[in-house]
Amino acid sequence: MNALTLSDSLTTFLVIGAFLFCMGFYGLVQRRSLIGMLIAAELVLSGASVNFMAFNRFLAPDPVVGQIFTLFIMGIAAAEAAIALSIVLAVYRNYKSIDSDDVAELHG
Amino acid sequence: MVSLLTPEGLYGLVFLVLVAVTVTGAIVATGSSRLVRSVAGLALCFIGVAGLYYYLMSPFVAVMQMLIYVGAVCVVITFAIMLADPHPAAVRSAGANMLAGPLSIALGFVLFWGLVALAGGTVWPEASTRINDGSMIRVGRSLLTDYSMVFELISLVLLLAIIGALTLAREGRGGPARSKP
Repeated sequence: MNALTLSDSLTTFLVIGAFLFCMGFYGLVQRRSLIGMLIAAELVLSGASVNFMAFNRFLAPDPVVGQIFTLFIMGIAAAEAAIALSIVLAVYRNYKSIDSDDVAELHG
Repeated sequence: MVSLLTPEGLYGLVFLVLVAVTVTGAIVATGSSRLVRSVAGLALCFIGVAGLYYYLMSPFVAVMQMLIYVGAVCVVITFAIMLADPHPAAVRSAGANMLAGPLSIALGFVLFWGLVALAGGTVWPEASTRINDGSMIRVGRSLLTDYSMVFELISLVLLLAIIGALTLAREGRGGPARSKP
């Protein structure tokens, strides 16, 4: 297996997608600020998009579907980022902090 | 065996560089303690992913990735960081999050290992025929014929997102806006 022909195999892209997904998962669990968690969620969506595009390129009989799916994922991600960031601003206005541990009024 | 000094070799080398950019960006985005660096890592990662889309024969999606993710989402996150003013280098309270560090690393690694094992061990069935070439013309045509309903729905979703974001963030970070006399 030559390292220079890696771009021709489906497995390479699946591994990259899995890496992005797992870094996003790790960030979601480990981050404490809400914006950091949003950044990690964007990584998860990006990993899913890479998977869709890889299957679209190598396996799909209709190579348009994956591209359209990825475009819609981008639209959803943009909407999600806008809403999440305005929620972050609203949280900051009320709590003067964006740490997810501080936003806990119902803490027992 | 492909030599490095042929066009195919350079093609493969650029691909490896793009993979390195993507991986570095993802590591910076999750590992850095300052949020601004984290956003810069996210932008780097998205640029690498756009290059990967180019290698997957879809330049249109690559351009859209640059435009939407790098140009819009990263900039919006940067604005939110400037407005919300997070404390840099937040001090970790010991005890409360003791388990989060090693446990999340272990969970992420197990997930990655499982996904890679699945990807490597599965025999993927090849498509017998491809009904088109997946070019930009084809994408546009099926976006406005087969997927026109979804197209309308996502425009509705984006409209609602704009209205919702304006409603939530209208008062800024200071509190309710004072009415002008």
